[in-house]
Amino acid sequence: MNSSGVLSIITFVYGLVGFCYIFAWTFKKPTVSKAATWVALIGLAGNIVGIVMRWVESYQLGFGHAPLSNLYESLVFFAGTIVLIYLVIERKYGNRVIGAFVAPIAFLAMAYASLSPNISDRIQPLIPALKSNWLIAHVIACFIGYGAFAVAFGVSLMYLMKQKSADDTGSMMSHLPDANVLDELNHQLVMFGFLFLSAGIITGAVWANSAWGRYWGWDPKETWSLITWFIYATLLHARLMRGWRGKRTAILSIGGFAAVMFTYFGVNLLPGLHSYGSF
Amino acid sequence: MDNQAIATDPLNKIWDFFTSVRLTIVILLTLAATSIIGTLIPQNQEPAAYFQAFGGFLYRLFDIFGLFDMYHSWWFQLLIVLLTINIIVCSIDRISANRRILFVKKPTFKLARFRNIKRKETFKDDRSMDQLQKVCQAFVKRHFRHSHIETTDTGCAIYGEKGRWTRFGVYTVHLSVVLLLVGGLIGSIFGFDGWVNIPEGESVSQVRLRSQERVLQLDFEIRCDDFDVSFYETGAPKEFRSSLTILEQGREVVKKDIIVNDPLRYKGVNMFQSSYGKMPSDRLVLSFTSAKTGMVYPLDAGLNQPLTLPEKLGTFVFKELRRSAKFRGHDIGDAYVGILTPPGGDPVEVILPLRFPSFDKMRKGEVRIAVVEQAQRFYTGLQVTRDPGVWVVYSGFILMIIGCYITFFMSHQQIFVELAASGKKTEVTVAGTANKSKTAMVTRIEAAAAKLAKSNPAD
Repeated sequence: MNSSGVLSIITFVYGLVGFCYIFAWTFKKPTVSKAATWVALIGLAGNIVGIVMRWVESYQLGFGHAPLSNLYESLVFFAGTIVLIYLVIERKYGNRVIGAFVAPIAFLAMAYASLSPNISDRIQPLIPALKSNWLIAHVIACFIGYGAFAVAFGVSLMYLMKQKSADDTGSMMSHLPDANVLDELNHQLVMFGFLFLSAGIITGAVWANSAWGRYWGWDPKETWSLITWFIYATLLHARLMRGWRGKRTAILSIGGFAAVMFTYFGVNLLPGLHSYGSF
Repeated sequence: MDNQAIATDPLNKIWDFFTSVRLTIVILLTLAATSIIGTLIPQNQEPAAYFQAFGGFLYRLFDIFGLFDMYHSWWFQLLIVLLTINIIVCSIDRISANRRILFVKKPTFKLARFRNIKRKETFKDDRSMDQLQKVCQAFVKRHFRHSHIETTDTGCAIYGEKGRWTRFGVYTVHLSVVLLLVGGLIGSIFGFDGWVNIPEGESVSQVRLRSQERVLQLDFEIRCDDFDVSFYETGAPKEFRSSLTILEQGREVVKKDIIVNDPLRYKGVNMFQSSYGKMPSDRLVLSFTSAKTGMVYPLDAGLNQPLTLPEKLGTFVFKELRRSAKFRGHDIGDAYVGILTPPGGDPVEVILPLRFPSFDKMRKGEVRIAVVEQAQRFYTGLQVTRDPGVWVVYSGFILMIIGCYITFFMSHQQIFVELAASGKKTEVTVAGTANKSKTAMVTRIEAAAAKLAKSNPAD
């Protein structure tokens, strides 16, 4: 089996993980969520194997390059990053309900990569603009950042749901982590993501300067990454300096993730250098 | 009274306005929201294209607000200037307000402050005060940069502190943002951004600027010796390569092949591979077939150089390459055009379309002309820039990463271990403070207490 075959199986594994976490949370079955953790670990291992296989396959095709060069490959990496960050948090905080909100995002990313007819899973040689050592650093930094923001988005949704049902105990919501814990977790994830988003923008700027002679050109993808950076910078300042907590930071975190999604997908609808259409 | 006097001083009023973090939030969100506009309206297009797309009214409205080059419009630049002043003023204000915490040579500790900490770890130990003091002091010294011991009414207290310098992390990030903007400003004042097309074998010493309709004279020449493009089997481009030579007063000084992502840098000027194209050929090999004898004569034809044809068929001059040539109203693609003058006859225009090699047969003339070979010539398109601010920007980049790491993941920590005699045993209390991530500090204190309790060899 080739890498795309392995990765489409992982799509279903992640689907199963998401289902198990949601099922365990809804019907209060802790054993199911424990199983989900193990399945998630297996899925992550398979995800990594798929990426490595794809790397090897590209060398066998004679134009080897790191599998981080198109939408398919970035989505696969994105899904893996989300699951990895989630598993670290699960271990640190010992709460598996978060998985019900995060695993589906990883599943959707993988499903979009594997199942969408618009996304080719063919391994293609690199066009001249992408032949740079900065490619790997740029893509990895960006997607670690995006992964952290995706998890922060899930956590913020949980916060808003938890807050709405603050008074009724015994419901599904009472199994969510404490609101303060969610708020703190959101903050931690945003800081982590912000560091990597900054690194991603910076490596992209250095790369642009070596490829096109300009470190910043206000092309739509650059501009949208900066918009994302502004939103999360607002969140950090509002929280640390103005004492914003809870609902307002959760909404900013969700808004920030919407900007991430537009930077990632929406910008392809607009013209610019990142479309790689014109040399 | 004093406060009022300060508030009415206009300079202080302005200062106070810029110390507000609320202002920061407003500016950041405004920048985020307005930046969207320039991604929806394509920037720096021809005015005619905008006029057609938006109509007269919207065109004029957008034009007033500079939306066709909005990131360089006065109001967007004003927002950036406001943000910069805000960052600088806030940083200065906070550094001076916290100078007693930030600039300390030897930290001092107050017993009462630590005793007031609510979360403490306490345990009883059967080792002697002296023994414990040694163990605890060694622990604090190992993990904290500064340590200090003092005797108390009931025993002794050991303090430790580290990471005071990490309080500067946030100012490092702010400085990095200022550096980025200053670097950008230096680049836009002292740098340039231009482009030039150089045909293979030719050299240029002037480039066209992108922002202004102006030509810039370089103090050296760039020659393109060769251009090559290669493709993958899929048809996607694999590599664009230009062999460039830099000439100073006609003397070759530097030679380099440039590809995308590997530019040539000379005297602070950078030359990037950015596009290419085909030059109309100025040398052709043509075949002249005599209708009478059937003989075929291949001849070299240079642009505008008359050829005398054999068998007294007349003269032929190759005049131009005509793009999308027309023949009886039909587009027949690119065609070479020449003038044939038969002896004693009128000159006729001969069209030699590249797509139809035997096109000239249709003319039914004394001589049939066809293109055998054309010397293929490329030109290379170079992006030529100079940006003396780039190193300021790059130092900003490095400072931003370091600063963010310090600000988010490091903190100023203090620990406090008090030993008090309690009957035959010694009561050990461990407490600590940190300027951020306080929950992590609680865990650290718990771990420290557990480690100290475990250090008892008698257990």
